[in-house]
Amino acid sequence: MVRWIFRVAALFGLSAALSSCVFQGSDGPQSVLHPAGPVAQEQIDLFLWTYYLSWIVVVAVGGVLIYSALRFRRRPGDDSIPPQVHGNTTLEIAWTAIPVLLVIAVAIPTVRTLWRTEAFAEPKEQDIVVNVTGHQWWWRFEYPELGIVTANELHVPVGRRVILNMTSADVLHSFWPMKLAGKRDLIPNQNNQLWFIADESGVYLGQCAELCLGAHAYMRFRVIAEEEADFEIWKGKFQDLQVQQVQADPLIEQGRLLFTQKGCATCHTIDGYAEDYSIGKPNFPDLTNFGLRLTVPAGWADNTPENLAAWLRDPQEIKPGNRMPTLWAESDPNREEEIDALVAYLLSLGRDDQQQAQASVQHLGVGGNHGSR
Amino acid sequence: MAVGRQPARPVSEVKLLARPTWTRGLLSWLTTVDHKRLGILYILASFFFMGLASIEAFLIRLQLTRPGLSIVSPDVYNQLFTMHGVTMVFLAIMPLGIGFANYFMPLMIGARDLAFPRLNAFGFWVYFLGAILLYTSFFFGGAPDVGWFAYSPLTSLSNNPGTGTDYYMVGLFIGGIGTLVTGMNFIVTIINMRAPGMTLMRMPVFVWMILVTAFLIVFAFPPLTIALFQVIMDRSFGTLFYEPAGGGMAILWQHLFWIFGHPEVYIIVLPAFGAISEIIPTFSRKPLFGYPIVILSGIFIGFMGFAVWTHHMFTTGLGPVVNTAFALTTFVIGVPTGLKVFNWMATIWGGRVQFTTAMLFAISFLVTFTIGGITGIMLAMPPFDALVQDSYFVVAHFHYAMGGGALLSFLAATYYWFPKMTGKMLSETLGKWVFWLVAGGFYLIFFPQHFNGLAGMPRRIQTYPEGLGFEFWNVISTIGTFVMAVGILLLLYSVILAFARGEPAGNDPWDGRTLEWSISSPPPYYNFDEMPVVNDRDAFWAQKYPESVHAKPVEEEFEEHGIHIPGQSWYPVIMAGALFIGGYALIYNNWWLGILMFAVIVIGSYGWAFEGIGGHHIHPEEKEA
Amino acid sequence: MSQAAVEHAPEHYRSTSLPDPKLMMWIFLASDCMFFGTLIGTYLVYKNRSLEGPFPVDVLDIPITTVSSFVLLMSSFLMVLALHALRTDNIPRFRLWTFGVAFFGSVFLGFQVFEFSTFVKEGLTLQQNLFGTTFFTLTGTHGIHVTIGVLWMLSILITSYVRPMSSKDALYLEVAGLYWHFVDIVWIVIFTVIYLVEFV
Repeated sequence: MVRWIFRVAALFGLSAALSSCVFQGSDGPQSVLHPAGPVAQEQIDLFLWTYYLSWIVVVAVGGVLIYSALRFRRRPGDDSIPPQVHGNTTLEIAWTAIPVLLVIAVAIPTVRTLWRTEAFAEPKEQDIVVNVTGHQWWWRFEYPELGIVTANELHVPVGRRVILNMTSADVLHSFWPMKLAGKRDLIPNQNNQLWFIADESGVYLGQCAELCLGAHAYMRFRVIAEEEADFEIWKGKFQDLQVQQVQADPLIEQGRLLFTQKGCATCHTIDGYAEDYSIGKPNFPDLTNFGLRLTVPAGWADNTPENLAAWLRDPQEIKPGNRMPTLWAESDPNREEEIDALVAYLLSLGRDDQQQAQASVQHLGVGGNHGSR
Repeated sequence: MAVGRQPARPVSEVKLLARPTWTRGLLSWLTTVDHKRLGILYILASFFFMGLASIEAFLIRLQLTRPGLSIVSPDVYNQLFTMHGVTMVFLAIMPLGIGFANYFMPLMIGARDLAFPRLNAFGFWVYFLGAILLYTSFFFGGAPDVGWFAYSPLTSLSNNPGTGTDYYMVGLFIGGIGTLVTGMNFIVTIINMRAPGMTLMRMPVFVWMILVTAFLIVFAFPPLTIALFQVIMDRSFGTLFYEPAGGGMAILWQHLFWIFGHPEVYIIVLPAFGAISEIIPTFSRKPLFGYPIVILSGIFIGFMGFAVWTHHMFTTGLGPVVNTAFALTTFVIGVPTGLKVFNWMATIWGGRVQFTTAMLFAISFLVTFTIGGITGIMLAMPPFDALVQDSYFVVAHFHYAMGGGALLSFLAATYYWFPKMTGKMLSETLGKWVFWLVAGGFYLIFFPQHFNGLAGMPRRIQTYPEGLGFEFWNVISTIGTFVMAVGILLLLYSVILAFARGEPAGNDPWDGRTLEWSISSPPPYYNFDEMPVVNDRDAFWAQKYPESVHAKPVEEEFEEHGIHIPGQSWYPVIMAGALFIGGYALIYNNWWLGILMFAVIVIGSYGWAFEGIGGHHIHPEEKEA
Repeated sequence: MSQAAVEHAPEHYRSTSLPDPKLMMWIFLASDCMFFGTLIGTYLVYKNRSLEGPFPVDVLDIPITTVSSFVLLMSSFLMVLALHALRTDNIPRFRLWTFGVAFFGSVFLGFQVFEFSTFVKEGLTLQQNLFGTTFFTLTGTHGIHVTIGVLWMLSILITSYVRPMSSKDALYLEVAGLYWHFVDIVWIVIFTVIYLVEFV
């Protein structure tokens, strides 16, 4: 009997250890197990508490089950009828108490965490308020107090509370910045709120978590948490916007003209947040200061000249199902040349010079798609 | 009229169609009203659709094996996972439970058939043709691609102009009617057709769980049916229920769907609980421990099933008050579920446990379901749910709860009841292989998905970029698919082998405890020679081993008047066919066809009503003649 | 094996004294409660959410609907009389009252057709706004229930001429009556929720 208990305990101890290894191993850039802000931290702490509790349950249930099944197995030739026991009231009461106690042990921290992380956040002065609109298949971020509109990359200062007011322009989406906070759905005709704080600077990955058809799998985003000074620089780029002048570099100048000629400007704006924001444009990603973007399109690949060119060349190849038209026929002799010019122009937006932009990318620690902090 | 005596229904002379009398051949199956034949049809159809869903799952897994694969396009991928979910929930596992109930519930309570045999046939054909309608969408412009819960406004005409969504709505609408009438039929049967002495507290737990399930069906399907109806109205008649531009609220669909959807989980799982509650006692040679507690837990779970639906909607911004309330109600369900597991374990304790394939599946069910229940409690914590909702953690959880909970126990039930249904034994040697391959494959597929969920992999994505840490476990998961597929194929082979040269089963191969084991295998079409008289729980065991129990003699008096065999009928299949064709009329807005089918239904209802139950009586002494 | 037809059907053993059809009807009605509950719930959720008119206060006509509601309530009273007549084998009375039920039901339906056409003239259609959408589906579903009830009562009436009916058949009228009363009660709820509440 005792030997058996040891065996079973050893078995489950082993599997518990195994599973813990796996936990340590799952250190990917989207792992919820290694949060980067207090909201996600509290949420995952709650999980870990239940996780350890549940190992006790699994070991106990599995152990007793396997023990009793083996201990009371029918030996060959044994045709005896065991005592026909129908039940035992004391036992029933005792083991009603067990799940009740477990449930209470889970419920109390759950309710506490829930109110700490989900209660409505009244915006205070130092908070950053962002209006998030989900579109098929990209994100629009509007900073109403700062006069900034951007897409797919949410810049926030470290240590300040970010309050997101979220809605959808078409179907359901779900904003899931897993390292910073749990997700919240974006629903048309409804405003949902989510708030989080980033503890350290870094680029945090996120992704749409509610089926929105088409390019749903490619509907990603970045939360870029910056030190206060860096955030001020970024903000400044939007608030003192200087575009639309003739460019010195002939390639960039050609790109600037192409942006209008090829019809990009019909849908995309590069003029920042303006009073006369033309109707229809909010339904397409804002490209203001596009050169500062880390990724293209919607968080899928690094914003390098090669990736941007590939995207312009054949949007459906990069992000199947999206609504970006293919601007050049394959037979178009000017295709590569024009793409190069447009890429040069787009990447110049918001960048003082190429080196500085690269440096800022390096500073934030982005490499490949590994956006982990 | 004395208690317990009711007049047979009157016979009518009016007949539109001659009453069919085939006893063999295809037509006899089309017009059958025998609960055993319909049970077999349900089980076969369920396994057929499960096969289709498995192929879909297989393609899904192949696509996800490595990052950036394009074995299927995003559009096809969306159709695959939608149809996989819809098929498994509505067309495979739920009808499998209904099928076993159809076959064994009347046998377990000592009845000759269901209370409304023709309605039972109607229920089957409506379910089956609704399912076929849903699947024909693959040939006509693409299957539904909106996920199995078809969240609005993805289903609105402006967001989804194809006919796939119409097929989803109309197919489930029609199939739902079948399930609904079958649920009602089960309730009347269980309440009214128990053998003398079969009091409620002597009913086998399987029957009890079917009763609870039937009540869940009766109360849960209407909200779904209305929600489907609303979307059909939106798409066919331009109403504004789920049109955001007209002020429609997307969230309403979610409420209606999950008011149905959560009870649906128990509609699937409770029959499985019931089957387990028969299998474990049989192979432990002990009665179920804590019978009243297990039953009360089942009732409580069913009842609470209606009070937890928004735990599917924790991330939709209902606010902390709602989330707290529904988190707590969900936790409460953990208590009766835990009780059930404890009682099943206590049944094994002190028994004479036989490790048959059925018992192995039953034990694996206990472990798997416990894990699924624990992750369920975790997901009931709104803060954690926010982190992993719509990730592979959730996928893993509900496959443990429904796949592990329902599927493993229905496989146990298949091994347990196959001898009774066919008169042949399934090979136990092959059975062990089937068990280890299926259960092992299951764990290989789904256990890693917990890790991928925690690693941040959302569900329903057709592909994922490299470097996010999803690669390893996705490969393992796909390998598991192959293992499980081999197990399922082996099961098929085993079934064929049993028909070809299986050992004869005899009446009672497992030393069973309930009434179905008291008659021959397969049972005669009239079920019981004489009305069985029940004087204890586990009625057949009490007959076999009276010394081991303290059975009380039956005080009830009744008189045998011969066995009534209800007549076959064309109307169930005609009415179901009219609904089926009418479904296409609704999808393609072809109103003339719609009116024609409506006329068929109206005339059919009259034909049905005036045909009457019909049939004939056979008398015990004449049967052998 | 003898195949005696069920001419002189013997009584079947049943574990309760509740006849199968009656039990079935109760369960169906329980289920139907959920159907109407969902439709009424939808109506309430979308109450005051219409983006454009006509709004309920613009079109609803309480006096007329009160009259039609009263007619429907009276039909339930006739239903009771019909059942009583059949139980006491008073076939002429049974036929009269059954016809009365069907007639009053038809009158109610006539009111509903009038109401619907008036609303459409005033610009309220199924597609106009959320009020139109929810109002017509809810009351329309109820109207379909009444129509089925009327057809059922007429069928019973015709059957009574085709073959002799007696108090032994009372069960079938009783089941139809359960349905009829239920549809009536649902109307009281709908009348309250849609009409009366609007003018409180």
